[in-house]
Amino acid sequence: MSVVIEQPRSPRNRNQANLEKYGWLYMRLSGALLVILIFGHLFTNLFAGEGIKAIDFAFVGGKWSDPFWKVWDLAMLWLALIHGTNGMRTIVNDYTSKENIRKALVWSLWGICAVLVTLGTLVVFTFDPCPAGALPELLPSFCPTA
Amino acid sequence: MPTMPAGTLYRGKVGMWSWVLHRITGVAIFFFLLVHVLDTALVRLSPEAYNAVISTYKTPLIGLAELGLVAAILFHALNGLRIILIDFWRKGVKYQNLMFWIVIAIALIAFIGFAPRHLSHVFG
Repeated sequence: MSVVIEQPRSPRNRNQANLEKYGWLYMRLSGALLVILIFGHLFTNLFAGEGIKAIDFAFVGGKWSDPFWKVWDLAMLWLALIHGTNGMRTIVNDYTSKENIRKALVWSLWGICAVLVTLGTLVVFTFDPCPAGALPELLPSFCPTA
Repeated sequence: MPTMPAGTLYRGKVGMWSWVLHRITGVAIFFFLLVHVLDTALVRLSPEAYNAVISTYKTPLIGLAELGLVAAILFHALNGLRIILIDFWRKGVKYQNLMFWIVIAIALIAFIGFAPRHLSHVFG
């Protein structure tokens, strides 16, 4: 294990303690926000109206034509992926015994996190609810009919 | 005759099992999240691609798996609030055992409210 058990009463290394402290704090702050964000997400997408049945391209297009849901979904994307990746990092730290394997796994986790956060953010910002050439019956009702 | 240890906040009993459940549900939600970001990203490709993949979410098998996902999210979210209370509320440690059962009760009530409605959408 990579964990070093310090001598009792040895002075605390403040620089190292701080990063883990902010990680600990982040889990609680983002967690509290995610309860609201994800319960709201589940209510509008899975409970209200026709639930899972109603979800298609037109549903997403309708939601993302409103900046409110764009901000909501972006906040969920960033907060949840970093929360989940940091949680996985904690688990990797707990259960790996070889330092190079632990490092490789933790780097992979943050790599996947960075790719998905970037991908998701680009998708939300460049999304077009009325793409040219698409079948009109698949698009939201507000799209101009050709 | 040695007696059984009473257990602490983190060893044995509710403290330990809530921690185990928190980890398992957390890992499950993490892997779903990876898939969910990718499937949602398909809206950028074409309406047909997104609708094709999202239609698999409406099949009976995945529909049932969604019940499991919602159950995992309910437990992880509410138990997370319990952890915040244990860490920041003066009486959090004193009431951690009671709070665990409150978490289970609220999660169960929310699940019972959600499950029939979701099943009627999947199978109806």
